[in-house]
Parts: sequence; C-alpha cells; structure tokens
Amino acid sequence: MGFLERVFARPWGVHPEDRKRPAADVPAVPVAVPEKVYIPLAQHVGAPARPVVLVGQKVLKGQCLAEAAGNISAPVHASTSGVVAAIGEIPAPHPSGLPVQAVTIAADGEDRWCEGEVPADPFALAPQEAARRVAAAGVVGMGGATFPSAVKLALGLRAKIDTLIVNGSECEPYLSCDDRLMRDRAAEIVSGIRLILHATGAREARVGIEDNKPEAIAAMGEAAARHGEIRVLPVPARYPMGSDRQLIVELTGREVPSDARAADVGVLVHNVGTAFAVHEALRLGRPLVERLVTLNGGAAARPGNYRVPVGMLAADLFAAAGGFAGTPARLVMGGPMMGTVLPHLQVPVVKGTSGFLALTAAEAAAREPAPCIRCGSCIRACPMGLLPLEMSARIRAEDLSGADGLGLRDCIACGCCAYVCPSRSPLVQYFHYAKGEMSARQRSTLRQESTRKLAAARVERVEREAREKAEAAARRKAERDAAKARAAAATAGEAA
Amino acid sequence: MLAAVISLSLLGAGLGLALGFASRQFAVEGNPLMDELVAMMPGSNCGQCGFPGCTGAAAAIAEGTAPPTCCPPGGKALAAALADRLGIAIDLSALEDRGPQLAVVAEEVCIGCCRCIKVCPTDAIVGAAKQIHNVLREACTGCGSCVERCPTEALVMRPVPATLQHWVWPKPAAA
Repeated sequence: MGFLERVFARPWGVHPEDRKRPAADVPAVPVAVPEKVYIPLAQHVGAPARPVVLVGQKVLKGQCLAEAAGNISAPVHASTSGVVAAIGEIPAPHPSGLPVQAVTIAADGEDRWCEGEVPADPFALAPQEAARRVAAAGVVGMGGATFPSAVKLALGLRAKIDTLIVNGSECEPYLSCDDRLMRDRAAEIVSGIRLILHATGAREARVGIEDNKPEAIAAMGEAAARHGEIRVLPVPARYPMGSDRQLIVELTGREVPSDARAADVGVLVHNVGTAFAVHEALRLGRPLVERLVTLNGGAAARPGNYRVPVGMLAADLFAAAGGFAGTPARLVMGGPMMGTVLPHLQVPVVKGTSGFLALTAAEAAAREPAPCIRCGSCIRACPMGLLPLEMSARIRAEDLSGADGLGLRDCIACGCCAYVCPSRSPLVQYFHYAKGEMSARQRSTLRQESTRKLAAARVERVEREAREKAEAAARRKAERDAAKARAAAATAGEAA
Repeated sequence: MLAAVISLSLLGAGLGLALGFASRQFAVEGNPLMDELVAMMPGSNCGQCGFPGCTGAAAAIAEGTAPPTCCPPGGKALAAALADRLGIAIDLSALEDRGPQLAVVAEEVCIGCCRCIKVCPTDAIVGAAKQIHNVLREACTGCGSCVERCPTEALVMRPVPATLQHWVWPKPAAA
C-alpha cells in the first residue's frame, strides 16, 4: 500500500491484548503418542473421506486410512502405527457436539513409519503431479479453513496466479503455533513456499507476518534471503489481519470483489503451516499426520506449543502437558475471537486445530447483553465495511433477506463487532445463525425442486405402465382374433 | 329533456358495449395467482395439508382460507416465499417446524407386500414381492402416506438425523 492509501485508509479491525507470550517463547515440545488416537474422516471442507481399512488391520504411521471421496475432499492417514480398533462415531470437535465418523487406532508404541514415495527432485515434477502428491498427502489449509490445498494449487494453475501470499500473520490472540513454526522451521517453510510457487506457476511470494512477532520475521527473513522471489514483509498487528481479503489488500493493494475469489485478482493465499506440510509431503513423502497445537489460557498449567499427532484427544493432550492450574471456566478450540466453545475435552486434534484454550473465569467474563444504543462502534470495527447493528436488527426480526441485502454474505464472522460492542450484543452470533438459516432454506428449496421432478417422473411412469399394459392387451387380443380366424378358415376348408 | 334521455342512453349503451368487449377480450382463464402458487408448491400431492393435492392447497391459500404455513414438506422456506408473493406478513418463528421427517422400514417386520411402493408419491421405496423394502433417503419427502398403507406397521416416521454438514447455529437470545 502506498503512503496516501495508508493515511486515508478507513480504520478497521480491533487491537485485542495478544497474550501470546510466554507460550510463544517456549520451544515446541513433541508429545508422546497416546494409547489410542481417534482420526475423524471429515477433517476438511467437502465430502468426508471413504475408509479403506478394516477393523483389526495393522497399520503403519502415514498409511492411508481413508481416501478422498469426490473432487473437494482429502484423504486421512494413520498418525501412529498400531491396530485399527474401531471405525465408528465419536464426538466431533465442533460446537454442535454432534458425532463424526472416525477411525480409532490402538497404538503399538513403535510409531513406525510406512515407506513413503520420495521424488529425487520435486522441482522436476510437473505441476499437476506435484498437486496430485499434495492431494495424496491429505494436506489441507492449516489456518483453520481446512480447504484441500491441492484443489487450490490446481486452481492456481488455471487462474493465472502471479503472486502467492503466505499467511504468517496469526492475528488471533493467545495462539502462537504459526509463530513457533516460523521460528523453528523457517528453512522448511521456505522450501514449501518454493514448491508451491513451482506448482502454481506464480512468480513471487510475499510472506506477511504481524510486527508483534519480530523473532519469526528475523528467522523467515534469514531463510528467504537466498531466494529473491520470496519477500518477508512485516504487517501491522491488528485483528483480523490474518483474514485473506485484509492481508491481500495490505500486501498487494488489490481488493477482492465481493462475489469473487482471491484467484480472480491473481493472488493465492496459503498459510505457513500449509507450506510446511507441502514441504513434508514433497521432500520427505510424509502425509499430514501431526501439527503444532498451542495450549494456552490462564487455567493451562504449562502453556506452550506441542507437536501433536492428529487424532489425539484434547483431554490426553492437556494431561500430557501438565493438566490445569485451577478449574477452567471455559474451554475453547481455536482462538478466543473465532474459536468455538467446547462442552468437554473428549474431542480429537484435527488437521485444522490451531490450539486449545483453558480460560479462567476472569478471562471468560460472561457478558449479559443489553439493548443496542446505536453508537456505531461495530461499523468502525467491521473489516468488511458492513453495518453490523442494522444487519442484526433485521435478523432479530427474522428479515433475513433484508440482512442479505445489507451484505450478510460478505461477513467473514471475525467477531470484531461483538468484541467492541459496549452493549455486549451477540452480533456475530446473529450472523452465524442467519448464514446457517439461509443455507438451510436454500437446501430446502433445492429439495423441493427435486421432489417436484420425482413426482412428475412417477406420474410419467404410471402413465407409461398403463399404456404398455393396454398395448400388450390389444396385441394379445389381435393374436387371439387372428388365431380364431385361422381356425375358422381351416374348419371352413375342411367342410368344403 | 329529450336530449338528456338520448345522451344518457347513448352513454349507457356505449359503456355497456365497451364493458362487454373488454370482458371477452381480456377474459382470464382461471386464477393466475393460483397457477403461480401451484408452481411454488412441492407438487408431490402428499396430502399432509388436508387438501386434495397441491392444487387444492394452492387454491385455498390464494382464497385466504388456508395459511401459507400449511405445507409441512415446504417448511419455512416455502411459507416465506408464499407470504412474500401474497404480500401478507406471517410470523415464521411461530411456525411449528417439527423438522424434516423420513420414513424408515423396520426390516424385521416388513413382509414385502409392495403396497407402500404403490402409494409413494416420489417412488422413494424400492423392493419387490416378498423382498424387504427400503426407503431412499434422498427421495423421501416424509409425507407419511406409506405409514398408513403398511399392514404390519413396518414403516415409521423418524426425524432426519442431524449431521455436521447440515447443522446450523441457533438464534441467540434477544437482549
């Protein structure tokens, strides 16, 4: 962004206290594999994976447990070696608490890797082949959206991407897994970025890191120094800088139109964790089976970052990390702004889990909502330039199309509006509800159309069957008549 | 006096002719509003509204004798669309939406009589004589006609199970 744009830019976003330290300064600790891991089949946006193992089968670490079902899907792999103990439902790491299909593995403690396919030189691979291998490794967006990365790489090839944005901003308070990854594994991330550049055909990469992480900026800058096509750019610490549309404007000055995607303005956004996973997949032939998870919050005994196998229960993870300091008042998966409250900790770590927070009563101050005083704080805070107070008033009155007309579809659910609201109105919660309700209504309209088609098909079938029956009867009658006529002719001949 | 009689008679005759011409020229076949409403209805003629098929329900809604919320398979989306078309305000939150329902065959009771297959308005039940029948989830509209037809009570209506893909956030409590 130029100087003038910076001076005259509309202020957006909020500046919550980041509370990332001291957890961010503790080196990442690998966690011992628990006795059992529970690996959900739906850890990504799109169709759940289809299991390809049987109960009782022995599996090695990195072996494919379920393969992608459809175009937008991703396979899942065993995160440790052992025996498949069950394939069935477990509580999902989801605010609804509904069950999800999962493969349970009883670990044998050996943690033995299966042989992976390692290309001698990944840069010699055709871009399509690189994308295929990334897909086979089950890599999904690690920033939390969990969109299958290979689909995005293929999109990059089709859509003429010129700039790759690597998102290392990590704007959510409390979380520091990306920060820690950049500090410890900068060389691997840079290798992953170069592979993504190769697979998408983009010319340059810009790594955006919030300026509250000077150690990560230094580490990434040093690792990228030899590669002119990768630039590490500090961005101001402001929430939600990690949202793709905001980061694209900050780093390239391009604005993504409301009904378009980043690829339509020649940009592709990948998280630093995704770049690391792409490196692991193409350089080492290792699928995505573990990730860094931040444990933080006032009630966590040993806040820090842990290298955790996918499928480990949050309860096991907290137990391995020293348990709780006091009783947590609220358990959150993800960050405090966009994360979800968990009713219990019997949920597994999945590919998109950035952290678990155990908040004390003081941190999770329960807030009683009061009526809106129309101060307009939410309008100033909204990074998308929407009118949260007007939209929520319409949603409260069930006028969803009115809210849609005010740009509900553009809401990124960052929660800035609810954060700044002096009346503590549940603004972002209204938008969650309205978006869900709108898609439910759309689904029921589609269903109604298909019902109409089915009913018409049935009417057509009944008519056709009646017609065929009548035709068959007519044919038989004609045959009978002909036979009778022949018989009559024969008797007439004999008589003559 | 005569001039007034003649002019008024002429006026009356002229207007009468104009009206007669208009009634023939611009005649409306049926109620266009009703046709439009019929096109919006699900069209499976399941009869859950209590009217003879979707056309009957559309006629009653167009006349105003039935509320736009009377169609259970249409749900909130249809009620909102109908109310919007008719220009009337309805309270959707009061609409008792018992949620989508689904017919399920109890396999241990089904005798394979094929009677349910004959009444299903969307051909959602598959099976053959003396074979256990099954309901295709995607095609079942939850109208319940098969339940009444089944001689062994093998068909039961169950709410469609909630899934992660279809779950939506509840509405927050108002301030």
